[in-house]
Amino acid sequence: MNAPKPHIATGSNADLLGLYRQMRRVRTFEERVGELFVRGLSAGSMLHLSIGEESAAVGVCAAMKDGDTFTTHHRGHGIFLARGADPERMMAEIAGKQTGYCHGKGGSMHIADMGLGHLGANAIVGGGIPAVVGAALVAQQRRTGAVSIAFFGDGAMQQGILYESMNMAALWDLPTVFVCINNQYGMGTRIDQATKATALHERAVAFGLNGETVDGLDVVAVRDAAQRIVDAARGGTPGFLAIDCYRFFGHARKDKSPYRSPGEEEEGRRKDPIAFARAALVDAGHGEAELDAIDAAAAAEMDATIDFADLSEEPPLSSMFRDVFAVGEPEPEPLADRIDRVLARD
Amino acid sequence: MAQMTYRDALRKALHDAMTEDEDVFVIGEEVGRYGGAYGVTKGLIDEFGPERLRDTPISEPAIVGTAVGAAMAGMRPVAELMYVDFIGMTMDQLCNQAAKIRYMFGGQIGVPMVLRTQGGTGRSAGAQHSQSLEAYVMHTPGLRLVMPGTVYDAYHLLRQALRQPDPVVFIEHKALYAMSDEVDLDAPPPDWGRAVVRRTGSDLVIVTYSRQVHYVMQAAEALAGQGIEATVIDLRTLNPLDFETIRAAVEPIGRAMVVSEGPLTAGVAAELSARITEECFDFLHDPVIRVAGEDVPISVSTALEAASVPSADLVAETARKMLV
Ligand SMILES: Cc1ncc(C[n+]2csc(CCOP(=O)(O)OP(=O)(O)O)c2C)c(N)n1
Ligand SMILES: [Mg+2]
Repeated sequence: MNAPKPHIATGSNADLLGLYRQMRRVRTFEERVGELFVRGLSAGSMLHLSIGEESAAVGVCAAMKDGDTFTTHHRGHGIFLARGADPERMMAEIAGKQTGYCHGKGGSMHIADMGLGHLGANAIVGGGIPAVVGAALVAQQRRTGAVSIAFFGDGAMQQGILYESMNMAALWDLPTVFVCINNQYGMGTRIDQATKATALHERAVAFGLNGETVDGLDVVAVRDAAQRIVDAARGGTPGFLAIDCYRFFGHARKDKSPYRSPGEEEEGRRKDPIAFARAALVDAGHGEAELDAIDAAAAAEMDATIDFADLSEEPPLSSMFRDVFAVGEPEPEPLADRIDRVLARD
Repeated sequence: MAQMTYRDALRKALHDAMTEDEDVFVIGEEVGRYGGAYGVTKGLIDEFGPERLRDTPISEPAIVGTAVGAAMAGMRPVAELMYVDFIGMTMDQLCNQAAKIRYMFGGQIGVPMVLRTQGGTGRSAGAQHSQSLEAYVMHTPGLRLVMPGTVYDAYHLLRQALRQPDPVVFIEHKALYAMSDEVDLDAPPPDWGRAVVRRTGSDLVIVTYSRQVHYVMQAAEALAGQGIEATVIDLRTLNPLDFETIRAAVEPIGRAMVVSEGPLTAGVAAELSARITEECFDFLHDPVIRVAGEDVPISVSTALEAASVPSADLVAETARKMLV
């Protein structure tokens, strides 16, 4: 199961229209995140867009079931959306507002929703990986049938924690999947400047996991590969999937990628899973008007997210002391109160 | 005299140290071609080449550990951690290896490395990219700890850190990189390990470091307008800690506040407060007051982020309460 599969868009593409729609939603959402930043409405500029990587989010999520859990990296908006997130609550979180998924405490890089099995996005490269081993361990011991999936970038391939995690997953036959979204770059470092071992799945195979690499141009190929890997994991053989794609824009909002040539970027952006799916749909007889209508619906849905975020309230200052510990536990004493108490003593 | 930013001063310090001593080299993520996540090493690779601006994979424990080994083998590495928040990942290499090697091995060898990193709030960067973790470092015997708050100190303290025989953790503040100041780099450098009195006043002493120096100075100006005069001490290095400068200021005044961006409990301010209380007890009119970060993680919300660390207003307000 370790040879990269040649990709063809003509596999089981029955759901291609649905996959296209999801990918369009993801891209449009990300474009609106960019707009939120430009309009000065985002909390900060550390916003990492997944434009160009939509097939990874949508293809893998299509292979997941209710009850499965996952963690993501810092570039995880698309994954969460493809897993069913409410884009308005996502955008509000990215703006640091009270109506966001984490009430403005987490933001883009630390968004989570236990209801959808999202155990959290992470701003520490590799930081979210071992949690899926723990979640899978519980699924195994409680026999829930759930799989737990870690999504991360190619940069995390050079973090030791990935290898400790894969080794334990294999050792204990856990229902765990490691998904590496290889957009070729970690900030300004191209994958071949970070490692000589660029056939990433081979590392997983060496630890006893199933491992594949798939071309992210084709969402159907990604979905089918993910289905194989996820199904096998559900049966007790953990797996690893590397998805090749290209990071269309800079690392975060302020990075203009001066380390990439315009020629390279133009070439890279040709690896567009949405354009590829659209062409396949047209080939299969879908009209441009039908596809335009899908795009327009995504635009209308995502337009609304900006207003929602903008009009939402800031979190109240008192919420700062909430959730350090569980509800019902004493909250940390605000500094100003403590100072008053101390100075009132004499 | 030259006008330069904190970022430029750091770059110049690296540049001058690398020119002077060919054993100095930089190792870390995005330090070479990219020029550093905050632009500190920008352009240095053009002059010194990729061996001396060594770009690494995202492998923090190995970056710090490699610097430890290189220092033991005779060179003078500057390892860069993009955010101090990642220090937890490198704690073994830093605290069990770098900090202990000279002692455990009976003084045979030292680890003359600098770990450069940056911390603090100000970018809505959230809970994992905004922390002030200097207390982790200060709590470990064997590590020096530097936290420059001015452009001048950024230059000189980094140059001096690169002449130390032992490991130095050098924590910059992310909100200071663009700060610009007129500096005379030819003026005699500060004495290593000496605090500086930024302002003198006879009503209370405020001890601080890093970005809070600026908030405290603002507060002191505001207080002066209301007839309260504060002495402000910028520690600059937390290890070595210049307690003599603190003592000399506190004993005649008998009133002290310590200000730190890090969380209150068991933080740097706690150590300073304990030390002042123990050593200057007979001179104090009031308890030493700590103004520090709230005991909470940092939120991405700009409002919560700003409210969770000391401000000039809180410092001034607290000083007024101490003096009523
Ligand atoms: C432990 C750690 N080291 C460094 C960083 C800084 N950083 C944030 S994202 C990033 C690049 C990550 O690249 P990759 O894993 O390929 O994800 P991508 O950004 O390409 O999606 C780096 C170095 C970090 N957040 N955490
Ligand atoms: Mg990447």
